[in-house]
Order: sequence, then C-alpha cells, then structure tokens
Amino acid sequence: MARVVVDVMLKPEILDPQGQAVQRALPRLGFAGIADVRQGKRFELELEGPVDDAALARIREAAETFLANTVIEDFTVRVEETS
Amino acid sequence: MTTRVGVVTFPGSLDDRDAQRAIRLVGAEPVALWHRDKDLHQVDAVVLPGGFSYGDYLRAGAISRFSPVMATIIEQAKLGMPVLGICNGFQVLTESHLLPGAMLRNNHLHFICRDQKLRVENASTAWTTDYQVGQEISVPLKNMDGRYTADARTIDELESEGRVVFRYLAGGPNEVANPNGSINDIAGITNAAGNVVGLMPHPEHAVEPLIGTGKTDGLGFFTSVLKQLVSS
Repeated sequence: MARVVVDVMLKPEILDPQGQAVQRALPRLGFAGIADVRQGKRFELELEGPVDDAALARIREAAETFLANTVIEDFTVRVEETS
Repeated sequence: MTTRVGVVTFPGSLDDRDAQRAIRLVGAEPVALWHRDKDLHQVDAVVLPGGFSYGDYLRAGAISRFSPVMATIIEQAKLGMPVLGICNGFQVLTESHLLPGAMLRNNHLHFICRDQKLRVENASTAWTTDYQVGQEISVPLKNMDGRYTADARTIDELESEGRVVFRYLAGGPNEVANPNGSINDIAGITNAAGNVVGLMPHPEHAVEPLIGTGKTDGLGFFTSVLKQLVSS
C-alpha cells in the first residue's frame, strides 16, 4: 500500500501565533537557539490503488480545494513508500 | 405572504435557534434548513448561524462548505438571494468563496467573549439598510478564529468599493478596539452585489432588551432584509 503525505503550512507572510507561542516556550524548557517556529498540518493518505499520475492529480486537487485553504496556506504533496 | 428566512443547522451549529427567534421577532417566518438537504424550501433569504460546524475540524467552516445545502445556497447567492453569515457562518462564506479572504486563529490565541462595539460602514447591503453609515452599535462577540485576513489587493478592493460593512471599535478607554488582529479592524464585509454579508459578532444575540447586551442593536439586520424582500 502506498502513502501520500500532504503537508499544509500557513503562507510565510501570515502571522502564526501558535508557532510563536511554541517558540516562546522552548527557551523556558531549556531548548535554546531556535529562532522561529511555524506550526502546520500533516495529512497521511493511504491509497487503495497504485500511486500513479492520475491518483496524484486527484490528491493535489483534494489538497487545493479542501485540505488547504490556498488563500492563507501552501501545501506540498509527496509519496512515502510503506511496506 | 410572509417572508421566509431559512436558518441552516449544521452538526455543531449553536446559534440557529437564536437566529430563528430574531427572524420571528421582526415578523418574518423562520424556516429550519438541514445541512444534508439540497432543497431550500422556498425561502427568500438564508442565515448561516454561529457555532462550530463539523467541530471546526480541518478549518472553521471548511467541511460545511461542501454540505449539500451549501451547494444550493452558493448557487442562489450568486443569483442575488440575501445570505447572512454570522461568526461560523462568516467562516463558511469565506471558505465557500462567496466572500473573499480567510479567517485565522485570534492573534492572542484566546477564545474571546464580550460585548463588541462596531461602526456601521456600509448601510446599503441587503442586511444593513436600517442602519446609518457611522452609526455605532454594540452586539456580543464570541469566537476563536475571528482574525480576518486577505491579500493586499483584495483589501484595497474591499476598502475602495466600500465593502467593509462593519469595523471594530473600542467599547471604553481600557478596551482595545480590535479583538482578534483582524486586518484594518474589519468585523464584517459584503460581496460586490451587496446581498451576501458576513460578520464575526452576533446581532442575533442582541434583539431583546432582557438578554445579551441589554440592547436591541442587532434587530436592524433582520428588519433590513425584511424590507428589502417586501419591496423587491
């Protein structure tokens, strides 16, 4: 079975207060030297059939219309081989 | 004939009954619409109420946007039917692209719940003719994802065409006007035709003197649409 991973991130110019809250907490917990944190979403899609061009095109369409809101978010689609 | 105003109930809607009550108070007939139903039951206008449709999973309003009832509402809204989206309803309208822009988590990351002062910026939409430009009203605000955003070109377009309908104002000297980091203090906007309006605060909670803000500042939305429908 094949897995396709869709990563969704807020666009770089959009303020990410959740990422900032995490970044502010890190030094308090002893993790120094982290200049910036941005928080995103990862979707793991397990496909029933093969990962061919048609399947990937459908997933890109799903990502663009539903998984990500392209007004505020960017996304990437990649295939992850599973056993 | 009585004017029929539909109120959609999605799984997770909270303010559908309040919206129905507000509609009844101004003398129109509220019609309960179910999210899985494609049929609008001959309503003349639609209110998308506040709440957390589909639990706000994925993004606020993102899943409801693909419900069967929304397919019909999007179609009718484009033909001119008045649609009002309140809070979660506003989020559904941006996800549906009936209104431009998008809604983000509040900049301070807190759920906010307070009486919110607003300035009316546009009194010519289907839902605001009973207000006056510059009028200040107070209605409750309660949300987690109320930070309105859009790209610079869209904001310029909204501002230059007078499509910002409401802006946040401070309620007192110790209150920050903008409750969530929304661009240009935008609390509500309209589409180019003026029939679709979305706003984060809740006018349906300010329609009777005994509850909410103690004022009835929210009634104007419902009297406005009623007049527009009766005269059309």
